[in-house]
Amino acid sequence: MSEDRKKDTPEQAEFRAYCKDWLASHVQEAPPVRLPQSAIEIMHTPQMDYLRKWQGEAYAAGLIGCDYPVAEGGGGRTGCQLIANQEMQAANKPFLPNILGLGMAAPTIHIHGKQGIREKLLPRLFSCEDVWCQGFSEPGAGSDLANVQTFAEKKGDKWVINGHKVWTSLAHFADWMILLLRTDKTDKYDGLSYFVVPIKSELGKSVEVRPLIKITGETGFNEVFFDNLEVSEDYLLEDLGKGWQVAQTTLLHERGAGPFVTPSSGGATSGGSGAKEGLHVGGAHSLINLAKSSARNGRTAADDPVIRDKIMEMIIRQEGSKQGARRGRVEGLCDHPMRIPLQSKLVMSEIRQDAGALAMEIEGAASSLYINDDNAPAGGEWPLAYMNSYGVTIAAGTSEIQRNILGERVLGMAKSK
Amino acid sequence: MTQPKNFAFGDDEKMLRDTARKFLEDSLPTDKLHQLVAGNPDLYRDPESLWDEDLWQKIIELGWTTVIVPEDDGGMGMSLVALAALIEESGRVGLPSPFMVTANSSLVLRECKTAPASRLLGEIAEGKAVTLATTTKNGSWLAADCDVELSDGMLNGTAWFVQDARKVDSFIVKAKNSSGIALYEVDFDAENMEIIPDAIIDLTRDQAHIKFNNVQVSDEQLLAAAGQGCAALDRAEPGILTLVSADICGAAEWQLQTTVEYTKVREQFDHQLGYFQAVKHPLVNLMIMIDHAKSLTYNAACAYDTEPENAAKFARMAKARASDAAAFASNRSIQFHGGIGFTWECFVHLYTKRQKHNQILYGDASYQRAKLADLLMGPVAA
Repeated sequence: MSEDRKKDTPEQAEFRAYCKDWLASHVQEAPPVRLPQSAIEIMHTPQMDYLRKWQGEAYAAGLIGCDYPVAEGGGGRTGCQLIANQEMQAANKPFLPNILGLGMAAPTIHIHGKQGIREKLLPRLFSCEDVWCQGFSEPGAGSDLANVQTFAEKKGDKWVINGHKVWTSLAHFADWMILLLRTDKTDKYDGLSYFVVPIKSELGKSVEVRPLIKITGETGFNEVFFDNLEVSEDYLLEDLGKGWQVAQTTLLHERGAGPFVTPSSGGATSGGSGAKEGLHVGGAHSLINLAKSSARNGRTAADDPVIRDKIMEMIIRQEGSKQGARRGRVEGLCDHPMRIPLQSKLVMSEIRQDAGALAMEIEGAASSLYINDDNAPAGGEWPLAYMNSYGVTIAAGTSEIQRNILGERVLGMAKSK
Repeated sequence: MTQPKNFAFGDDEKMLRDTARKFLEDSLPTDKLHQLVAGNPDLYRDPESLWDEDLWQKIIELGWTTVIVPEDDGGMGMSLVALAALIEESGRVGLPSPFMVTANSSLVLRECKTAPASRLLGEIAEGKAVTLATTTKNGSWLAADCDVELSDGMLNGTAWFVQDARKVDSFIVKAKNSSGIALYEVDFDAENMEIIPDAIIDLTRDQAHIKFNNVQVSDEQLLAAAGQGCAALDRAEPGILTLVSADICGAAEWQLQTTVEYTKVREQFDHQLGYFQAVKHPLVNLMIMIDHAKSLTYNAACAYDTEPENAAKFARMAKARASDAAAFASNRSIQFHGGIGFTWECFVHLYTKRQKHNQILYGDASYQRAKLADLLMGPVAA
């Protein structure tokens, strides 16, 4: 759509043209297996291998890490990741698998990591030679994240880590983890520290990864246990006791409100095209096609006035969110700088959930059919998308926590407990 | 065509808006607005038109009515985005004035492309206030619907739901004959014409229906010839929807901020009201709705000038979301003020009433979504 590409600066225009050319000539092989709907649902090695190859090629071409310094493996550009994202999405490329690395670990390491560590870790992260995961949540620390109990103790020149993390997406593939833990049990917030730790090399020794099964039947997230994992102090980000402040950088980016734009590609899956488009902002238009091909009360669902109203409401919310992201970059039209950025994750996740629910309503009886049914509309991807949406309204701070943050930090209302 | 990334909201537009915000905050604080329009709560009072004419003269001197008048007609020829920002500020203070109706009239006149329309645009730039008399008794906003007949140079019939009819110098009257819809300018004090005020809820506006009983019109008043009027009204419609949405956004922001401030000073159960998530979370939801509405409004304004093929689509999105935001803002602002919010002395009802009026003006949320569905999905099969 034309409104995706508002006027670029000369540098951006040149880069956009380059991206277009490269993407047009890039040969994308068909996936050898069914791809999941997003990176955090990657279950099997064949899925990961296929997607890892794509990310590596896109990185080699300069479409990933565009805005990071050259010394850290980036492109050394300004305001160009967004351009690359728009073009990768327009080209309907597969999604990028190393999402927790690109979206959270990279900006955190860049902003808080020691010299030498940044240069060592980031190029391999961008290329997907190293897969990353995020060790934040614990059984007793969900919404109350600062309650993490995983503990690191200094022994000689090493830190020795013991504890238990949960909901750890991609841990079953991960080479590295960003890890929020406790180094002082006497102070809730100032007792937290932030490490990056290698985990793959320690599997079967001091690190154990156990898969968890989601409501969809998919795997993709895990429990991770640390039993005397030893790491060098080089992997501590900022000073001891500064973990909570470092974690804010991670969380800000996780919620789409940080200074670095997360590299993001098309999200093409091997599922039905209707479902696939609906998972993206601007993609609720796929609901129209779904309605035209679904029957309701003796006519097509597309002629049912209530269904029409609901689809329009969804499309308007999606467009509102998209235009909000645009307005968020126009200082003169924003009275509070964090007001729009801090809404991003909340709004996107609830739109996704409601779009999934509406798609199932449009499908009617056929919405009972799931992935493994030949008669399922759009390959059963919509019911899967609806169920998967809860991962997003719960992860990275639940919608309820997001509303507290917005009410307190933006509107200045009294802090809730 | 593509839109500029910043909605064409640059330094000039920002300076104009910032000046307007300061001017209106100083000129019309809410207590003064309440004194101005809410002096008489009597259910059976005569319909009033309460506004500050001196303030309107200052607004004319500031040049707000010239903003979208083309330079050739004596205006500033600025973007609709610049005007939307001014309308948003006037909505924020609940300004009673003919500002929006004159702006809406300018949008229609720009589409007429006739000498009388050009002349009237020039007069607007010099301070003339004009409103549209284009709605039917059953409240149709459709350009082709009309209750006023044109024959032998005479107007007969009634125009309904005329906004701010008692604040203007002339009307743009829609009239039909066998050739189609025409638009005429008719003076406020024309002969054989009766302006009958409506008793309305909104205290910050006035509204009337206008009866034409052999009102004579001449070619000098003919803004759009019979058969040309519909196209001019249709092309202006996205701009009009955008401006109403902008007014809503400004008023809704007042409702949000006023209610948020109340949750900081009012305490129950030993806590500020804002401590309770039953209060906090709906206000966050309201903020999100307002932000959607505002983003969609600026997108629609920018599209109106730079992306005409998408103007109708984006304007309907903006008005739909804004109307829903207005309803929710009104609902929560009264409810969260508790008992005092239910009283005449609390200011929130001024905005609730203005927003109710804004919601229905040129079609409410479900109306806009139905029209949008026709655009995006095609009409429903017969």
